[in-house]
Amino acid sequence: MKSLAELEAIRNKTLGNINMRQDREEGVRIVVGMATCGIAAGARPVLNALVDEVSKRGVKNVIVSQTGCIGMCRLEPIIEVYVPGKEKVTYVKMNPEKAVRVVSEHIVNQQPVLEYTVGEAEQ
Amino acid sequence: MKELSLHILDIAGNSTAADAALVEITVTEAAAANRLTITVKDDGRGMSAEFLAKVRDPFTTTRTTRGVGLGIPLFERAAVSCGGGLDVTSAEGGGTTVTAWFEYDHIDRQPLGDMPSTLTTLISGNPRVDFVYRHSTDGGAFTLDTRQIKGILGDAPIDTPEVIQWLGGYIAEGLGTL
Ligand SMILES: Nc1ncnc2c1ncn2[C@@H]1O[C@H](COP(=O)(O)OP(=O)(O)O)[C@@H](O)[C@H]1O
Ligand SMILES: [Mg+2]
Repeated sequence: MKSLAELEAIRNKTLGNINMRQDREEGVRIVVGMATCGIAAGARPVLNALVDEVSKRGVKNVIVSQTGCIGMCRLEPIIEVYVPGKEKVTYVKMNPEKAVRVVSEHIVNQQPVLEYTVGEAEQ
Repeated sequence: MKELSLHILDIAGNSTAADAALVEITVTEAAAANRLTITVKDDGRGMSAEFLAKVRDPFTTTRTTRGVGLGIPLFERAAVSCGGGLDVTSAEGGGTTVTAWFEYDHIDRQPLGDMPSTLTTLISGNPRVDFVYRHSTDGGAFTLDTRQIKGILGDAPIDTPEVIQWLGGYIAEGLGTL
């Protein structure tokens, strides 16, 4: 059984690491649209896959966050990737498998997955 | 929506968008009485009586990215199609409560689905908001209160991957005992 004592251990470990988290600000941001249309289209498992993959690969300086409606309901689930100094990349019609690929190719190897981008979908 | 937990994620998203500090989610599975009730109660900015009167209409929204509001009408449709209904009470400045009820054994009733995932999504997306989750069945009850969790965490944030993962497991285990 998960116990509250385990949570205390996590707290102590986190507080021990807190100075290493200072560089968070300049990192990569992955934003998932979580309004009604996104949720209905499968945004929750996409968000979970992104969080899991980022933590599994131990990539530092990446924040996965949520936003409301991105405004293109029929292309949901939509994610936006912000890399400092680069233009925003918008990925559409995502699923967990595509999300894992975005983490490994775009975030880790710095090669956006062009076939999933909004530009490709609109052609 | 494929699961009721996705409606809950969406409806609670209205609460956080309305600047709620506390969102209370209650799921009551009264199987013997053949009723499933879901309540999402918040202390956010609320709605005027005039707005409330038309909030179930799919053309009502204060969003600017899309001309129609969908969350509440979709939830209502799911409830009505299972012999239930939906009720919204709200007061400007006084918070909002959305209640939906379903016939528990109705053939069209979607499963509750992945509540741990809905809750961790809400908590990680809104670390400053507090959530209380109460889930009861005919056999028992489980409660999660993020105010208690934050009390244990002290200065450590609630939205780190380690804490969120722990919470997901904790909720799943708690619900597994019901
Ligand atoms: N908990 C709430 N507190 C305050 N206002 C709300 C709440 N829930 C819904 N509303 C209002 O009702 C509108 C319609 O809600 P909804 O049907 O979920 O559609 P949407 O969120 O897409 O606009 C929202 O835009 C908001 O103005
Ligand atoms: Mg909504």
